Amino acid sequence: MSPLLQAQGLHLRFGAVRALDDVAIEIWPGEVVAIVGESGSGKSSLLRVLAGQARADAGQVLYRDAAGAEHSILDASDAALRRLMRADWGFVHQNARDALRMEVSAGGNVGERLMAAGQRHYGDIRAQAARWLERVEMDPARIDETPRNFSGGMQQRLQIARTLVTNPRLVFMDEPTGGLDVSVQARLLDLIRGLVADLDLAVLLVTHDIAAARLLAHRIVVMRAGRVVEHGLTDRVLDDPQHPYTQLLVSSVLAA
Amino acid sequence: MIMLRTQGLSKDFRLHLQGGITIPVLRDVELTVRAGECVALAGPSGAGKSTLMRCLYGNYGVGGGAIWLRHQGAMFDIAAADARTMREVRGQTLGYVSQFLRVIPRIAALDIVAEPMRGDRADARARAAALLTRLNMPQRLHGLPPATFSGGEQQRVNLARGFAAQYPVLLLDEPTASLDAANAEVVIGLIEEAKAAGAAIIGIFHDAPVRDRVADRLFEVQPIYEAV
Repeated sequence: MSPLLQAQGLHLRFGAVRALDDVAIEIWPGEVVAIVGESGSGKSSLLRVLAGQARADAGQVLYRDAAGAEHSILDASDAALRRLMRADWGFVHQNARDALRMEVSAGGNVGERLMAAGQRHYGDIRAQAARWLERVEMDPARIDETPRNFSGGMQQRLQIARTLVTNPRLVFMDEPTGGLDVSVQARLLDLIRGLVADLDLAVLLVTHDIAAARLLAHRIVVMRAGRVVEHGLTDRVLDDPQHPYTQLLVSSVLAA
Repeated sequence: MIMLRTQGLSKDFRLHLQGGITIPVLRDVELTVRAGECVALAGPSGAGKSTLMRCLYGNYGVGGGAIWLRHQGAMFDIAAADARTMREVRGQTLGYVSQFLRVIPRIAALDIVAEPMRGDRADARARAAALLTRLNMPQRLHGLPPATFSGGEQQRVNLARGFAAQYPVLLLDEPTASLDAANAEVVIGLIEEAKAAGAAIIGIFHDAPVRDRVADRLFEVQPIYEAV
C-alpha cells in the first residue's frame, strides 16, 4: 500500500506572513487525518494547496490515483484538477452555500455530481439522490425542494450527500461543523463518523474543534504559524502532548 | 513464548505550561509477559501503574527504551512505531480496556462491542450480544447508546468490547472497579478463558481478591519521588 496523497517542503507566503513553512504531510487509504490549530495557523492554506485550489511557492504534492498513476498537484492543469475533483476527490466547505446551488433542488444538487461524472439515466440519478438524502438523514420526500428552505444543518448534510454520492477516494473537509449550533454539530459529526467508517474513506479534515478531531480522526497534525509542530496518533497527541503549543491547545478545552 | 517485553522503559512528563518542569514517572522498567500469563502491576497509588499501561498501549509516548511486542509473528518495537503502524497493532494484536468508556453519541452498545471484531459482521454481532448477556446486560440495553448507562454498565460494555476481539495481548485497567461481586466473577472467568487461549494479560487490580485469583505474578512499579 502507498499513500494517496504525499506533500513535502511546502512553502507559501502572503507578504510577510508565512502561511506554510516547510510543511510535509501524507494521507493513506482509509485514514482520517485532522489538521488542528487556531485561526492563522495555516491549516486552511494547507488544505487548499493540497486540494489544488491554491499554489504553493515551493514544494511538492503527489496524488496517486486508483490506477497507481501519480499526479503532481502543484503542476496540474486546471482541467486535470477539475477531473480529479469530479472523479476522485470531494470537498466539503465550511459554508454549504459555497458548494450548493441554492436555486436547484436538493435532488438536483446531488444528481449534478453524478451527471458530471458521466451518468445519464435520469431515473437512476434520481434514485441515487433519494438514497443519499436518506443516508444523510433527510426526508427523501423533500428531494424537489431547494436548499433555501433548509436549515444550516440540513444544508450541510446535503453538501455531504452531494460530495459522497460519486464515491470519492479522498475527501477534504474545511471546518465542516463550523458555524452550526452545538446540537446540530454533534449530530453532523456523528453522521460523518458513520459514513467515513462505512465507506472506508480517506479524509483530510481541518478543524479547530479538538473534540471533533478526537471523535473523527485517526491521526492529528498540529499547526502553528505555518509549521507542523506535532503529529501522531490522535489519542496520543491529545493525552500526551509534547509541544508547548499543543499542551496549551489541549488544556484550553473545557471538559463537558 | 514472550508476547511483550520492555527494556529500559522510561517516561517523563514535561509541563511547558508550568514553567517547563519535568516529572519523572517511570525509570528503567523491565517487564516481560508470556503467552497465557496474567501479570498484575502493583505499587502504591501514583507509582505510575496507569502511566506504564498507557505507554504499553501507545496512548503515551515513551521517553526512552523499547517495548517489544509479538505482532504478526515477530517481536516488534512499538515504542518506535509510527501512528499508522500503531493503529494496525491495536487492530490486530493489542487490546486495552480503560477504566471509563469513551461514549460515542448515538452508537448502540452492541455496535461498540462488535466494532473491533474482524470478519463476518453477523458473527461479530452475535458474539457481542453473547458477551453482553454473559456480563448480565439485559438484551433491551444492547440496542441503546451507553451514554445514559450507569458506571457499572458502561464498564461492562467496555469489557465486552475488550474481550470480544480476542487480542493476543490485553491490557486491563481496573476491570472490576465499578462491578458487583457477580459481575466481577464473570470478568474473572473471561480473564481465565483468555489466558487458557494463550493471551498475555497485564492488569491493574485494586481489588485484591480478584488480583489473587487471576494474576500469576505481581510486577512492582517503583515510585520516583524527585522532581527535576
